[in-house]
Amino acid sequence: MDMLCITGLHKRFGNKEVLKGLNMAVPEHSIFGFIGKNGAGKTTTMKTVLGLLKADAGEIMVAGEKVVYGQTATNRHIGYLPDVPEFYPFMTAMEYLRFCGEITGMEKAENEKRCGELLELVGLRNETHRIKGFSRGMKQRLGIAQALLNRPKLLICDEPTSALDPVGRKEILDILLSVRAQTTVLFSTHILSDVERICTDVAFLDHGTAEVQGKLSDIKTKYRRKEYLLETENDTDMHVLRQAFSDIQQTGRNQLVFYERDSTVFDLMGFAADRHIPLLKLEQAEPTLESLFMEVVEK
Amino acid sequence: MKSFLAFIKKETMEQFRSGRLMILCMLFLLFGIMNPAIAKLTPWMLEVLADSLAESGMIVTSVSVSAMDSWVQFFKNIPLALAAFVLLESSIFTKEYQTGTLVLSLTKGLERYKVVISKMVELSVLWTVGYWLCFGITYAYNAYFWDNAIANHLMFSAVCWWMVGLWVVALMILFSTIAGTNTGVLIGTGMVVLASYLLGLLPKCKAYLPTLLADGNSLIYGIAETKTYAAAMIITGATSLICFVMSIVVFNKKKL
Repeated sequence: MDMLCITGLHKRFGNKEVLKGLNMAVPEHSIFGFIGKNGAGKTTTMKTVLGLLKADAGEIMVAGEKVVYGQTATNRHIGYLPDVPEFYPFMTAMEYLRFCGEITGMEKAENEKRCGELLELVGLRNETHRIKGFSRGMKQRLGIAQALLNRPKLLICDEPTSALDPVGRKEILDILLSVRAQTTVLFSTHILSDVERICTDVAFLDHGTAEVQGKLSDIKTKYRRKEYLLETENDTDMHVLRQAFSDIQQTGRNQLVFYERDSTVFDLMGFAADRHIPLLKLEQAEPTLESLFMEVVEK
Repeated sequence: MKSFLAFIKKETMEQFRSGRLMILCMLFLLFGIMNPAIAKLTPWMLEVLADSLAESGMIVTSVSVSAMDSWVQFFKNIPLALAAFVLLESSIFTKEYQTGTLVLSLTKGLERYKVVISKMVELSVLWTVGYWLCFGITYAYNAYFWDNAIANHLMFSAVCWWMVGLWVVALMILFSTIAGTNTGVLIGTGMVVLASYLLGLLPKCKAYLPTLLADGNSLIYGIAETKTYAAAMIITGATSLICFVMSIVVFNKKKL
Protein backbone atom coordinates (compact mmCIF):
# COMPACT_ATOMS: atom_id res chain seq x y z
CA MET A 1 0.00 0.00 0.00
CA ASP A 2 1.14 3.55 -0.62
CA MET A 3 1.37 5.54 2.61
CA LEU A 4 1.40 8.81 0.69
CA CYS A 5 -0.05 9.34 -2.74
CA ILE A 6 0.12 12.68 -4.54
CA THR A 7 -1.71 13.17 -7.83
CA GLY A 8 -1.56 16.17 -10.14
CA LEU A 9 -0.40 18.63 -7.48
CA HIS A 10 -0.15 22.25 -8.62
CA LYS A 11 1.09 25.15 -6.53
CA ARG A 12 1.85 28.68 -7.59
CA PHE A 13 3.34 31.58 -5.61
CA GLY A 14 2.53 34.81 -7.44
CA ASN A 15 3.62 34.20 -11.01
CA LYS A 16 6.10 31.48 -10.05
CA GLU A 17 4.70 28.02 -10.64
CA VAL A 18 6.54 25.77 -8.19
CA LEU A 19 4.67 22.50 -8.67
CA LYS A 20 3.33 21.62 -12.10
CA GLY A 21 1.28 18.47 -11.71
CA LEU A 22 3.44 16.50 -9.31
CA ASN A 23 2.67 12.79 -9.02
CA MET A 24 4.35 10.79 -6.33
CA ALA A 25 3.75 7.59 -4.39
CA VAL A 26 5.55 6.60 -1.22
CA PRO A 27 5.26 2.87 -0.44
CA GLU A 28 4.72 1.69 3.14
CA HIS A 29 7.85 1.00 5.20
CA SER A 30 10.15 2.59 2.68
CA ILE A 31 12.76 5.22 3.35
CA PHE A 32 11.91 7.60 0.59
CA GLY A 33 14.49 10.14 -0.55
CA PHE A 34 12.91 13.25 -2.03
CA ILE A 35 15.69 14.84 -4.03
CA GLY A 36 15.83 18.23 -5.66
CA LYS A 37 17.83 21.40 -5.95
CA ASN A 38 17.36 24.25 -3.50
CA GLY A 39 14.10 25.94 -4.43
CA ALA A 40 12.80 22.98 -6.44
CA GLY A 41 9.64 22.79 -4.32
CA LYS A 42 10.46 20.09 -1.79
CA THR A 43 9.38 22.10 1.25
CA THR A 44 6.29 23.34 -0.60
CA THR A 45 5.28 19.75 -1.35
CA MET A 46 5.78 18.69 2.24
CA LYS A 47 3.88 21.65 3.66
CA THR A 48 1.01 20.93 1.33
CA VAL A 49 0.93 17.32 2.52
CA LEU A 50 0.73 18.66 6.08
CA GLY A 51 -2.13 20.99 5.20
CA LEU A 52 -0.06 24.07 5.98
CA LEU A 53 -0.30 25.30 2.40
CA LYS A 54 -3.32 25.18 0.13
CA ALA A 55 -2.85 23.31 -3.12
CA ASP A 56 -4.06 25.06 -6.29
CA ALA A 57 -5.05 21.73 -7.79
CA GLY A 58 -4.48 18.05 -7.20
CA GLU A 59 -5.14 15.50 -4.52
CA ILE A 60 -3.08 14.17 -1.64
CA MET A 61 -3.90 10.97 0.21
CA VAL A 62 -2.22 10.00 3.47
CA ALA A 63 -2.85 6.43 4.64
CA GLY A 64 -5.84 6.34 2.31
CA GLU A 65 -7.39 9.58 3.67
CA LYS A 66 -7.68 12.80 1.75
CA VAL A 67 -5.69 15.80 3.04
CA VAL A 68 -7.78 18.91 3.74
CA TYR A 69 -6.18 22.34 4.11
CA GLY A 70 -6.64 24.07 7.49
CA GLN A 71 -8.30 21.44 9.65
CA THR A 72 -6.00 18.60 8.74
CA ALA A 73 -7.16 15.38 10.39
CA THR A 74 -4.66 13.32 8.38
CA ASN A 75 -1.90 14.88 10.46
CA ARG A 76 -2.61 12.35 13.17
CA HIS A 77 -0.86 9.80 10.92
CA ILE A 78 2.11 12.06 10.32
CA GLY A 79 5.21 12.99 12.29
CA TYR A 80 6.85 16.11 10.93
CA LEU A 81 10.34 17.49 11.34
CA PRO A 82 10.75 20.92 9.68
CA ASP A 83 14.09 21.98 8.20
CA VAL A 84 14.78 24.28 11.14
CA PRO A 85 12.63 22.95 13.98
CA GLU A 86 11.67 25.56 16.55
CA PHE A 87 10.54 24.65 20.03
CA TYR A 88 9.41 26.69 23.01
CA PRO A 89 12.77 27.89 24.33
CA PHE A 90 11.55 28.18 27.91
CA MET A 91 10.91 24.42 28.20
CA THR A 92 13.30 21.52 28.71
CA ALA A 93 13.38 18.64 26.21
CA MET A 94 11.31 16.46 28.55
CA GLU A 95 8.74 19.20 29.17
CA TYR A 96 8.41 19.81 25.45
CA LEU A 97 7.84 16.15 24.62
CA ARG A 98 5.35 15.84 27.47
CA PHE A 99 3.51 18.88 26.09
CA CYS A 100 3.44 17.27 22.62
CA GLY A 101 2.07 14.06 24.13
CA GLU A 102 -0.63 15.99 25.95
CA ILE A 103 -1.81 17.90 22.87
CA THR A 104 -2.13 14.63 20.97
CA GLY A 105 -4.24 13.31 23.84
CA MET A 106 -1.94 10.55 25.10
CA GLU A 107 -2.57 8.91 28.47
CA LYS A 108 -0.32 10.27 31.21
CA ALA A 109 1.53 7.04 32.01
CA GLU A 110 1.96 6.14 28.34
CA ASN A 111 3.16 9.68 27.63
CA GLU A 112 5.84 9.57 30.34
CA LYS A 113 7.07 6.18 29.13
CA ARG A 114 7.14 7.21 25.48
CA CYS A 115 8.95 10.50 26.20
CA GLY A 116 11.61 8.63 28.15
CA GLU A 117 12.07 6.08 25.37
CA LEU A 118 12.40 8.72 22.69
CA LEU A 119 14.84 10.87 24.62
CA GLU A 120 16.90 7.73 25.10
CA LEU A 121 16.72 7.03 21.34
CA VAL A 122 17.93 10.50 20.39
CA GLY A 123 20.44 10.75 23.21
CA LEU A 124 18.88 13.61 25.15
CA ARG A 125 17.85 11.60 28.21
CA ASN A 126 20.15 13.38 30.62
CA GLU A 127 19.72 16.85 29.19
CA THR A 128 18.20 19.11 31.83
CA HIS A 129 18.87 22.50 30.26
CA ARG A 130 16.15 24.56 28.64
CA ILE A 131 15.87 24.34 24.86
CA LYS A 132 17.14 27.89 24.34
CA GLY A 133 20.67 26.62 25.02
CA PHE A 134 20.47 23.71 22.56
CA SER A 135 22.81 23.32 19.57
CA ARG A 136 21.46 22.79 16.09
CA GLY A 137 22.15 19.06 16.20
CA MET A 138 20.40 18.72 19.55
CA LYS A 139 17.36 20.57 18.22
CA GLN A 140 17.31 18.30 15.19
CA ARG A 141 17.41 15.21 17.42
CA LEU A 142 14.67 16.59 19.66
CA GLY A 143 12.79 17.28 16.43
CA ILE A 144 12.92 13.62 15.48
CA ALA A 145 11.82 12.60 18.97
CA GLN A 146 8.75 14.86 18.82
CA ALA A 147 7.94 13.69 15.30
CA LEU A 148 7.97 10.04 16.40
CA LEU A 149 6.01 10.66 19.59
CA ASN A 150 2.57 9.48 18.50
CA ARG A 151 3.96 6.53 16.53
CA PRO A 152 3.18 8.09 13.14
CA LYS A 153 2.61 5.95 10.07
CA LEU A 154 4.50 8.50 8.02
CA LEU A 155 7.53 10.45 9.19
CA ILE A 156 8.24 13.54 7.10
CA CYS A 157 11.64 15.17 7.52
CA ASP A 158 12.54 18.32 5.65
CA GLU A 159 16.28 18.30 4.97
CA PRO A 160 17.11 16.81 8.35
CA THR A 161 20.84 16.64 7.77
CA SER A 162 21.57 19.76 5.71
CA ALA A 163 22.85 21.96 8.48
CA LEU A 164 24.72 19.37 10.50
CA ASP A 165 28.34 18.33 10.84
CA PRO A 166 29.35 14.78 9.75
CA VAL A 167 28.86 13.34 13.24
CA GLY A 168 25.46 14.94 13.62
CA ARG A 169 24.46 13.72 10.15
CA LYS A 170 25.47 10.17 10.93
CA GLU A 171 23.43 10.24 14.15
CA ILE A 172 20.32 11.47 12.35
CA LEU A 173 20.68 8.92 9.53
CA ASP A 174 21.17 6.11 12.03
CA ILE A 175 18.03 7.16 13.88
CA LEU A 176 16.04 7.28 10.62
CA LEU A 177 17.34 3.85 9.62
CA SER A 178 16.44 2.42 13.01
CA VAL A 179 12.79 3.55 12.87
CA ARG A 180 12.07 2.06 9.45
CA ALA A 181 10.40 -1.02 10.91
CA GLN A 182 7.83 1.12 12.74
CA THR A 183 7.07 3.78 10.17
CA THR A 184 7.50 5.06 6.63
CA VAL A 185 10.09 7.78 6.22
CA LEU A 186 9.90 10.53 3.63
CA PHE A 187 12.83 12.90 3.73
CA SER A 188 13.92 15.63 1.42
CA THR A 189 17.54 16.33 0.80
CA HIS A 190 20.12 17.46 -1.68
CA ILE A 191 22.89 15.47 -0.03
CA LEU A 192 23.08 12.45 -2.30
CA SER A 193 25.45 10.42 -0.16
CA ASP A 194 22.76 10.39 2.56
CA VAL A 195 20.27 9.02 0.05
CA GLU A 196 22.63 6.27 -1.05
CA ARG A 197 23.26 5.33 2.55
CA ILE A 198 19.74 4.79 3.78
CA CYS A 199 17.06 5.18 1.07
CA THR A 200 15.09 2.37 -0.49
CA ASP A 201 13.13 4.59 -2.85
CA VAL A 202 13.75 7.97 -4.43
CA ALA A 203 12.06 10.68 -6.46
CA PHE A 204 13.85 13.49 -8.26
CA LEU A 205 11.90 16.74 -8.17
CA ASP A 206 12.75 19.03 -11.04
CA HIS A 207 10.76 21.75 -12.83
CA GLY A 208 7.75 21.04 -10.67
CA THR A 209 7.40 17.36 -11.47
CA ALA A 210 9.04 14.11 -10.44
CA GLU A 211 9.55 12.26 -13.73
CA VAL A 212 12.06 9.87 -12.26
CA GLN A 213 10.99 7.89 -9.21
CA GLY A 214 10.88 4.37 -7.84
CA LYS A 215 13.10 1.85 -6.09
CA LEU A 216 16.62 3.18 -5.85
CA SER A 217 18.09 -0.05 -7.23
CA ASP A 218 15.67 -0.07 -10.21
CA ILE A 219 16.45 3.52 -11.04
CA LYS A 220 20.14 2.93 -10.89
CA THR A 221 19.81 -0.03 -13.27
CA LYS A 222 17.46 1.75 -15.61
CA TYR A 223 19.48 4.89 -15.92
CA ARG A 224 22.83 3.21 -15.88
CA ARG A 225 24.79 4.50 -18.81
CA LYS A 226 28.35 3.72 -19.36
CA GLU A 227 30.41 6.62 -18.22
CA TYR A 228 34.14 6.85 -18.88
CA LEU A 229 36.87 8.85 -17.25
CA LEU A 230 39.86 9.82 -19.32
CA GLU A 231 43.12 11.46 -18.42
CA THR A 232 45.68 12.79 -20.88
CA GLU A 233 49.32 13.65 -20.38
CA ASN A 234 49.12 17.30 -21.41
CA ASP A 235 46.74 20.13 -22.21
CA THR A 236 47.30 20.10 -25.98
CA ASP A 237 46.13 16.50 -26.29
CA MET A 238 43.14 17.28 -24.18
CA HIS A 239 42.16 20.15 -26.47
CA VAL A 240 42.55 17.98 -29.55
CA LEU A 241 40.20 15.41 -28.03
CA ARG A 242 37.67 18.03 -26.97
CA GLN A 243 37.59 19.47 -30.47
CA ALA A 244 37.13 16.09 -32.09
CA PHE A 245 34.44 14.91 -29.68
CA SER A 246 32.04 17.72 -28.90
CA ASP A 247 30.17 15.82 -26.16
CA ILE A 248 33.20 15.18 -24.09
CA GLN A 249 33.37 17.23 -20.90
CA GLN A 250 36.28 18.46 -18.92
CA THR A 251 36.14 17.69 -15.19
CA GLY A 252 39.62 18.65 -14.02
CA ARG A 253 43.13 19.36 -15.22
CA ASN A 254 43.69 17.00 -18.17
CA GLN A 255 40.68 15.00 -17.04
CA LEU A 256 37.72 14.32 -19.27
CA VAL A 257 34.47 12.45 -18.95
CA PHE A 258 32.14 11.09 -21.64
CA TYR A 259 29.13 8.83 -21.98
CA GLU A 260 28.93 5.74 -24.14
CA ARG A 261 25.74 6.95 -25.83
CA ASP A 262 27.47 10.13 -27.06
CA SER A 263 30.73 8.74 -28.35
CA THR A 264 31.76 5.10 -28.28
CA VAL A 265 34.84 4.24 -26.39
CA PHE A 266 36.30 2.48 -29.44
CA ASP A 267 35.95 5.61 -31.60
CA LEU A 268 37.86 7.50 -29.02
CA MET A 269 40.55 4.85 -28.63
CA GLY A 270 40.94 4.69 -32.40
CA PHE A 271 41.23 8.46 -32.61
CA ALA A 272 43.85 8.52 -29.87
CA ALA A 273 45.81 5.72 -31.58
CA ASP A 274 45.75 7.49 -34.96
CA ARG A 275 46.99 10.76 -33.51
CA HIS A 276 49.45 9.07 -31.16
CA ILE A 277 47.87 10.67 -28.12
CA PRO A 278 49.22 9.06 -24.97
CA LEU A 279 46.51 8.34 -22.39
CA LEU A 280 47.34 8.18 -18.73
CA LYS A 281 44.05 6.66 -17.79
CA LEU A 282 40.87 5.40 -19.40
CA GLU A 283 38.36 3.77 -17.09
CA GLN A 284 34.69 2.94 -16.86
CA ALA A 285 33.15 4.87 -13.96
CA GLU A 286 30.87 3.42 -11.32
CA PRO A 287 27.45 5.02 -11.91
CA THR A 288 26.60 7.37 -9.06
CA LEU A 289 23.44 9.04 -7.92
CA GLU A 290 25.16 12.31 -8.57
CA SER A 291 25.57 11.66 -12.28
CA LEU A 292 21.99 10.46 -12.39
CA PHE A 293 20.82 13.59 -10.59
CA MET A 294 22.78 15.82 -12.93
CA GLU A 295 21.24 14.06 -15.89
CA VAL A 296 17.71 14.42 -14.56
CA VAL A 297 18.23 18.06 -13.73
CA GLU A 298 19.82 18.90 -17.06
CA LYS A 299 17.27 17.05 -19.13
CA MET B 1 -10.20 18.92 26.30
CA LYS B 2 -6.85 17.43 27.31
CA SER B 3 -5.03 19.10 24.44
CA PHE B 4 -6.77 22.39 25.22
CA LEU B 5 -5.65 22.23 28.87
CA ALA B 6 -2.13 21.29 27.79
CA PHE B 7 -1.96 24.36 25.58
CA ILE B 8 -3.26 26.62 28.36
CA LYS B 9 -0.65 25.12 30.68
CA LYS B 10 2.02 25.91 28.11
CA GLU B 11 0.76 29.50 27.79
CA THR B 12 0.84 29.96 31.55
CA MET B 13 4.32 28.46 31.79
CA GLU B 14 5.43 30.89 29.09
CA GLN B 15 3.92 33.87 30.94
CA PHE B 16 5.65 32.74 34.10
CA ARG B 17 9.09 31.84 32.74
CA SER B 18 9.35 34.80 30.38
CA GLY B 19 8.79 37.06 33.40
CA ARG B 20 5.69 38.68 31.90
CA LEU B 21 3.46 37.38 34.69
CA MET B 22 5.74 39.00 37.24
CA ILE B 23 5.75 42.32 35.40
CA LEU B 24 1.95 42.27 35.09
CA CYS B 25 1.54 41.51 38.79
CA MET B 26 3.80 44.36 39.77
CA LEU B 27 2.11 46.67 37.33
CA PHE B 28 -1.40 46.07 38.64
CA LEU B 29 -0.21 46.11 42.26
CA LEU B 30 1.53 49.41 41.69
CA PHE B 31 -1.50 50.98 40.01
CA GLY B 32 -3.72 49.69 42.80
CA ILE B 33 -1.59 51.31 45.50
CA MET B 34 -0.96 54.48 43.52
CA ASN B 35 -4.63 55.61 43.38
CA PRO B 36 -5.24 55.98 47.13
CA ALA B 37 -1.64 57.11 47.64
CA ILE B 38 -2.05 60.06 45.29
CA ALA B 39 -5.34 61.02 46.90
CA LYS B 40 -3.83 60.72 50.37
CA LEU B 41 -0.78 62.77 49.45
CA THR B 42 -2.65 65.58 47.68
CA PRO B 43 -3.27 67.77 50.79
CA TRP B 44 0.32 67.32 51.90
CA MET B 45 1.66 68.23 48.46
CA LEU B 46 -0.53 71.34 48.31
CA GLU B 47 0.70 72.34 51.74
CA VAL B 48 4.30 72.00 50.61
CA LEU B 49 3.55 74.03 47.53
CA ALA B 50 1.39 76.56 49.38
CA ASP B 51 4.10 79.22 49.52
CA SER B 52 4.93 79.14 45.86
CA LEU B 53 1.24 79.01 44.98
CA ALA B 54 0.61 82.01 47.20
CA GLU B 55 3.24 83.93 45.27
CA SER B 56 1.32 83.31 42.09
CA GLY B 57 -1.86 84.48 43.73
CA MET B 58 -3.46 81.16 44.67
CA ILE B 59 -4.37 80.72 48.24
CA VAL B 60 -4.59 77.20 49.55
CA THR B 61 -7.12 76.76 52.26
CA SER B 62 -7.85 73.42 53.88
CA VAL B 63 -8.12 70.64 51.31
CA SER B 64 -10.21 67.63 52.15
CA VAL B 65 -9.91 64.42 50.15
CA SER B 66 -12.22 61.45 50.09
CA ALA B 67 -12.51 58.03 48.46
CA MET B 68 -13.94 59.88 45.48
CA ASP B 69 -10.52 61.38 44.65
CA SER B 70 -8.97 57.96 44.83
CA TRP B 71 -11.59 56.47 42.49
CA VAL B 72 -11.13 59.32 40.03
CA GLN B 73 -7.45 58.43 39.99
CA PHE B 74 -8.38 54.78 39.45
CA PHE B 75 -10.41 55.49 36.31
CA LYS B 76 -7.72 57.87 35.08
CA ASN B 77 -4.91 55.37 35.56
CA ILE B 78 -6.49 52.13 34.46
CA PRO B 79 -6.19 53.04 30.73
CA LEU B 80 -2.43 53.23 31.25
CA ALA B 81 -2.45 49.79 32.85
CA LEU B 82 -4.47 48.43 29.93
CA ALA B 83 -2.04 49.99 27.43
CA ALA B 84 0.89 48.39 29.23
CA PHE B 85 -0.96 45.07 29.25
CA VAL B 86 -1.57 45.28 25.50
CA LEU B 87 2.07 46.18 24.82
CA LEU B 88 3.31 43.26 26.90
CA GLU B 89 0.95 40.68 25.42
CA SER B 90 0.70 41.84 21.81
CA SER B 91 3.17 39.18 20.65
CA ILE B 92 1.22 36.25 22.09
CA PHE B 93 0.46 34.96 18.57
CA THR B 94 2.99 36.75 16.41
CA LYS B 95 6.01 35.42 18.27
CA GLU B 96 4.79 31.92 17.44
CA TYR B 97 4.37 32.85 13.77
CA GLN B 98 7.85 34.30 13.58
CA THR B 99 9.59 31.36 15.23
CA GLY B 100 7.37 28.70 13.68
CA THR B 101 6.65 27.00 17.00
CA LEU B 102 2.95 26.57 16.21
CA VAL B 103 3.68 24.46 13.15
CA LEU B 104 4.83 21.50 15.22
CA SER B 105 1.80 21.64 17.51
CA LEU B 106 -0.65 21.94 14.62
CA THR B 107 0.95 19.15 12.60
CA LYS B 108 0.43 16.94 15.66
CA GLY B 109 -3.29 17.28 15.13
CA LEU B 110 -3.97 20.10 17.60
CA GLU B 111 -7.08 21.82 16.25
CA ARG B 112 -6.51 25.43 15.31
CA TYR B 113 -9.57 26.72 17.16
CA LYS B 114 -8.10 25.39 20.40
CA VAL B 115 -5.06 27.59 19.92
CA VAL B 116 -7.28 30.66 19.53
CA ILE B 117 -9.48 29.76 22.50
CA SER B 118 -6.46 28.99 24.71
CA LYS B 119 -4.84 32.32 24.04
CA MET B 120 -8.17 34.12 24.42
CA VAL B 121 -8.75 32.45 27.77
CA GLU B 122 -5.19 33.13 28.91
CA LEU B 123 -5.37 36.84 28.12
CA SER B 124 -8.88 37.23 29.53
CA VAL B 125 -7.88 35.55 32.78
CA LEU B 126 -4.73 37.65 33.05
CA TRP B 127 -6.70 40.83 32.48
CA THR B 128 -9.49 39.81 34.86
CA VAL B 129 -7.15 38.83 37.68
CA GLY B 130 -4.91 41.87 37.20
CA TYR B 131 -7.79 44.31 36.91
CA TRP B 132 -9.70 43.08 39.97
CA LEU B 133 -6.47 42.89 41.94
CA CYS B 134 -5.88 46.55 41.13
CA PHE B 135 -9.49 47.36 41.97
CA GLY B 136 -9.39 45.33 45.18
CA ILE B 137 -6.29 47.09 46.47
CA THR B 138 -7.71 50.52 45.77
CA TYR B 139 -11.03 49.48 47.35
CA ALA B 140 -9.34 48.18 50.50
CA TYR B 141 -7.21 51.29 51.00
CA ASN B 142 -10.18 53.56 50.34
CA ALA B 143 -12.27 51.66 52.87
CA TYR B 144 -9.47 51.98 55.41
CA PHE B 145 -8.82 55.72 54.94
CA TRP B 146 -12.24 56.97 53.96
CA ASP B 147 -15.58 55.50 52.94
CA ASN B 148 -16.31 53.89 49.60
CA ALA B 149 -20.03 54.67 49.89
CA ILE B 150 -19.38 58.16 48.54
CA ALA B 151 -18.89 56.82 44.98
CA ASN B 152 -22.12 56.15 43.09
CA HIS B 153 -22.56 52.91 41.11
CA LEU B 154 -19.03 51.85 42.01
CA MET B 155 -19.34 48.13 41.16
CA PHE B 156 -21.23 48.92 37.98
CA SER B 157 -18.58 51.30 36.69
CA ALA B 158 -15.85 48.82 37.64
CA VAL B 159 -17.59 46.09 35.64
CA CYS B 160 -17.91 48.51 32.70
CA TRP B 161 -14.18 49.11 32.66
CA TRP B 162 -13.45 45.42 33.00
CA MET B 163 -15.60 44.88 29.90
CA VAL B 164 -13.57 47.48 28.01
CA GLY B 165 -10.46 45.41 28.80
CA LEU B 166 -12.09 42.21 27.54
CA TRP B 167 -13.18 44.02 24.37
CA VAL B 168 -9.58 45.12 23.78
CA VAL B 169 -8.39 41.55 24.39
CA ALA B 170 -10.84 40.32 21.74
CA LEU B 171 -9.51 42.98 19.33
CA MET B 172 -5.93 41.90 20.07
CA ILE B 173 -6.77 38.28 19.32
CA LEU B 174 -8.54 39.21 16.09
CA PHE B 175 -5.68 41.39 14.85
CA SER B 176 -3.20 38.69 15.91
CA THR B 177 -4.86 36.26 13.54
CA ILE B 178 -4.91 38.83 10.72
CA ALA B 179 -1.49 40.46 11.12
CA GLY B 180 1.85 38.73 11.12
CA THR B 181 3.78 41.06 13.42
CA ASN B 182 3.01 42.58 16.79
CA THR B 183 3.29 46.05 15.24
CA GLY B 184 0.29 45.06 13.13
CA VAL B 185 -1.56 43.93 16.23
CA LEU B 186 -0.83 47.18 18.05
CA ILE B 187 -1.79 49.35 15.08
CA GLY B 188 -5.00 47.40 14.41
CA THR B 189 -6.13 47.41 18.03
CA GLY B 190 -5.10 51.03 18.52
CA MET B 191 -6.95 52.18 15.41
CA VAL B 192 -10.23 50.57 16.46
CA VAL B 193 -10.03 52.01 19.98
CA LEU B 194 -9.14 55.43 18.55
CA ALA B 195 -11.99 55.22 16.04
CA SER B 196 -14.41 54.37 18.83
CA TYR B 197 -13.10 57.29 20.88
CA LEU B 198 -13.38 59.76 17.98
CA LEU B 199 -16.88 58.59 17.08
CA GLY B 200 -17.75 59.05 20.74
CA LEU B 201 -17.23 62.80 20.28
CA LEU B 202 -20.40 62.82 18.18
CA PRO B 203 -23.29 62.98 20.64
CA LYS B 204 -25.50 60.76 18.47
CA CYS B 205 -23.07 57.84 18.43
CA LYS B 206 -21.76 58.16 21.94
CA ALA B 207 -24.27 55.91 23.66
CA TYR B 208 -23.51 52.95 21.41
CA LEU B 209 -19.72 52.81 21.63
CA PRO B 210 -17.54 50.58 23.81
CA THR B 211 -15.41 53.56 24.80
CA LEU B 212 -18.40 54.99 26.67
CA LEU B 213 -17.89 52.24 29.24
CA ALA B 214 -14.48 53.70 29.99
CA ASP B 215 -16.16 56.82 31.36
CA GLY B 216 -16.38 55.57 34.94
CA ASN B 217 -15.99 59.01 36.46
CA SER B 218 -19.35 60.29 35.21
CA LEU B 219 -20.96 57.32 36.90
CA ILE B 220 -19.33 57.64 40.28
CA TYR B 221 -20.06 61.36 40.42
CA GLY B 222 -23.66 60.50 39.67
CA ILE B 223 -23.68 62.62 36.51
CA ALA B 224 -24.58 59.63 34.34
CA GLU B 225 -27.27 57.02 34.88
CA THR B 226 -26.55 53.30 34.58
CA LYS B 227 -29.26 52.78 31.99
CA THR B 228 -27.50 55.03 29.48
CA TYR B 229 -24.69 52.46 29.47
CA ALA B 230 -26.92 49.51 28.55
CA ALA B 231 -26.67 49.87 24.78
CA ALA B 232 -22.90 50.29 24.91
CA MET B 233 -22.59 47.23 27.13
CA ILE B 234 -24.59 45.06 24.77
CA ILE B 235 -22.64 46.32 21.77
CA THR B 236 -19.30 45.77 23.53
CA GLY B 237 -20.26 42.21 24.43
CA ALA B 238 -21.55 41.53 20.93
CA THR B 239 -18.52 42.97 19.12
CA SER B 240 -16.19 41.03 21.43
CA LEU B 241 -18.04 37.84 20.56
CA ILE B 242 -17.95 38.66 16.84
CA CYS B 243 -14.20 39.37 17.04
CA PHE B 244 -13.71 36.06 18.78
CA VAL B 245 -15.66 34.06 16.20
CA MET B 246 -13.94 35.91 13.35
CA SER B 247 -10.53 35.14 14.90
CA ILE B 248 -11.26 31.43 14.70
CA VAL B 249 -12.45 31.71 11.09
CA VAL B 250 -9.44 33.78 10.05
CA PHE B 251 -6.98 31.58 11.92
CA ASN B 252 -8.38 28.44 10.26
CA LYS B 253 -7.44 29.91 6.89
CA LYS B 254 -4.13 31.40 7.96
CA LYS B 255 -0.96 30.31 6.17
CA LEU B 256 1.66 29.34 8.71
